[in-house]
Amino acid sequence: MKKLSARRRHPLAALVVLLLALACTGGLYAAFAPASKAQADETAQSLAIDEGKKLFAVGCASCHGTKGQGSSDGPSLVGVGAAAVDFQVGTGRMPAATSQGAQVPSKKAVYTQAEIDQLAAYIASLGAGPNVPTEAEYGTEGADIAKGGELFRTNCAQCHTTGGKGGALTHGKYAPTLEGVAPKHIYEAMQTGPQNMPSFPDTTLTEQNKKDIIAYLNAIDSDETVNPGGLELGGLGPVSEGLFAWIFGLGALIAVAVWVAARTAKAKKS
Amino acid sequence: MSTNENAQSRERGKAPAGERVADWADGRLGIYSLAKANMRKIFPDHWSFMLGEICLYSFIIIILTGVYLTLFFHPSMNEVEYHGSYVPLQGQLMSEAFNSTMHISFDVRGGLLIRQIHHWSALIFLAGMFVHMMRVFFTGAFRKPREINWLFGFLLFVLGMFTGFTGYSLPDDLLSGTGVRFTEGAILSMPIVGTYISMFLFGGEFPGHDFVARFYSIHILLLPGIMLGLVVGHLILVFYHKHTQFAGPGKTNKNVVGMPLLPVYMAKAGGFFFLVFGTIAAIAALAQINPVWVFGPYRPDQVSTGAQPDWYMGFAEGLIRFMPGWEVNIWGHTLVLGVFIPLVLFGVVLAALALYPFIESWITGDKREHHILDRPRNAPTRTALGVAWVTMYMITLVGGGNDLWATHFHLSINSITWFVRIFFFVGPVIAYILTKRICLGLQRRDKDKVLHGRETGTIKRLPHGEFIEVHEPLSQEQLFTLTAHEQYEPAAVGPAVDENGVERKIKRSEKLRAKISGAYFGEDQQIPKPTVEEYKEITSGHGHH
Repeated sequence: MKKLSARRRHPLAALVVLLLALACTGGLYAAFAPASKAQADETAQSLAIDEGKKLFAVGCASCHGTKGQGSSDGPSLVGVGAAAVDFQVGTGRMPAATSQGAQVPSKKAVYTQAEIDQLAAYIASLGAGPNVPTEAEYGTEGADIAKGGELFRTNCAQCHTTGGKGGALTHGKYAPTLEGVAPKHIYEAMQTGPQNMPSFPDTTLTEQNKKDIIAYLNAIDSDETVNPGGLELGGLGPVSEGLFAWIFGLGALIAVAVWVAARTAKAKKS
Repeated sequence: MSTNENAQSRERGKAPAGERVADWADGRLGIYSLAKANMRKIFPDHWSFMLGEICLYSFIIIILTGVYLTLFFHPSMNEVEYHGSYVPLQGQLMSEAFNSTMHISFDVRGGLLIRQIHHWSALIFLAGMFVHMMRVFFTGAFRKPREINWLFGFLLFVLGMFTGFTGYSLPDDLLSGTGVRFTEGAILSMPIVGTYISMFLFGGEFPGHDFVARFYSIHILLLPGIMLGLVVGHLILVFYHKHTQFAGPGKTNKNVVGMPLLPVYMAKAGGFFFLVFGTIAAIAALAQINPVWVFGPYRPDQVSTGAQPDWYMGFAEGLIRFMPGWEVNIWGHTLVLGVFIPLVLFGVVLAALALYPFIESWITGDKREHHILDRPRNAPTRTALGVAWVTMYMITLVGGGNDLWATHFHLSINSITWFVRIFFFVGPVIAYILTKRICLGLQRRDKDKVLHGRETGTIKRLPHGEFIEVHEPLSQEQLFTLTAHEQYEPAAVGPAVDENGVERKIKRSEKLRAKISGAYFGEDQQIPKPTVEEYKEITSGHGHH
């Protein structure tokens, strides 16, 4: 202890303490921080990051900046996480044709899933964010469909309608239909809140809640879906029903009326 | 064999069985003379005269299917847990009303089909009434002596709207509950009385526990009862006034040319009922309507986008949607103009329709009976006003579905709303001008046809090389039909002095009337009918055209 005490007035002592403190907090952070990256295969991971970086430089950097820092044409991607990349690129929204327009529409995905994973790994390396969910997370096993329906009507129907058919937002923006959207992408959308959608992190909608909602959507839009009554007319409610009633209902009846009126019993000339 | 029997019974001096039954009934009901007088009642033939029948039959279908639905529906807001066969709602808490609607839809034999027939025929009933009313309007069938019947029909339309609305609200699903909430908002926007009416209607704060039961008695008893009475009155008046007919040779204001009720119209109308029922049943079997299981049970804390009422309330929805959210505060009281003005407009738009016959008869000053229909082109101002009204109505409907136009045509909902705001005012004006121009154009064409005959499309070359188109003169019948309408003179303000030479006070209403009358019938507002002299002058000259 004497040695230490003797050197405490040393001109470099402050620096040493500072370094020790930094090393200590850094070490503690490394030990306790949420493990955002799969630790398993370090070399494979860094390889994926490198590949992703190359893909990013070619396909994304023109709008999002060479280091994903963002520009006037695209937001910063630091901290958006792998889930956001997987959603945006996986649903074909990214790469967008233009940064103009009300909203980037979903289209055919340009990249393969392997490339998307590499891009996601690179973006995730820029800053911690939500991971791509596993099948255990978005799978419908152990989900409560009815509870999911209730959560959907409470949290999602305002924009997507109760049937998940989508709806209009202001100035040409819209909530897209949820028909045929992969469960993984729905999970990621809830987690990351793409475009105009608010995000629903696990503190708002727990993992189980998300699972329930996905199970509900699956229940109302799958091969086994029970939706009796005939043609859905787009599932858009009274507007399409009204149009149908006017055009096909009243239209058919007027056609019948014309037909009946044209068939007049001819007065017998006697 | 039966002829043998008949012959035998006749030999014994006994009337045939049918006659005996008829005698028995007549001895007790005394309907023979009544039936004799009315069985041969004549109805003219035109497809547009059957629009009212579509309404009548769909109304009957609604009553029949509605009775079936009451057997299974529980008009109660008690909370129950769902245990029916629709999996995605199992275990959810819902009102008994919603639960029983789910039960009807999934577990009652034929329940869903009957529900869908009921709902589709309701939409078609209202659409039919709308078109029927337009037919009556544009042909001037509302003129004396039919003004009261116009009002009966108008009341049927308005009551139909509210009967439809209360029925739409009964399942207590998320969509209809939103509509009821909308209604509550409209009621609350009424100054002073709004809160009281809302508290009274819902038995306290919205949604309370009463509205389904109350709407139920309004929907199945009160309104249909009144409507049934009005329908009967409407039909009695049609019988009493006799049906109107289009102008034509042999058709006068004092006769009806057509077919007798029995047997021709009985067969036609009877057959038409089944055709209507069949068409509606086919539609109900093919196309889904109001899938309450998709909407889920109503909860005031939930709401869905794309929430619209059935089409007949769509114009109310539109009025609300495009109205700016104005709000004023007067002496500490908030007046929600954003909702109250649409509510007032809702009444004004409908009242304009109800009062039009009276307004027109005041303008024309015509107190005669009219049984011959106008062709819309021959009443250009009326037709133009009607089209303007329909245009305004349609524009509010566009406003009511603004979100769907936005998503399906990739437009901005804000632009649509602004379009509707502007065209709510401009659209009717454009429609008025265009319609009037078209009517006058058609009148000119009629005149041309009368004077110069029909264009045959046959081109003839004259000896000196000139090409002419051969015009074929119209038949006497066609000439009559095209010139049968009468044209009003614009009303003039009476003389400025009375019979004693004293300056007369001219009432402001008289001046107004003359002014409007001028706009209706003044110069350039109608094309003068070809006169006999004109016709003779043109047709006498040979090779004139």
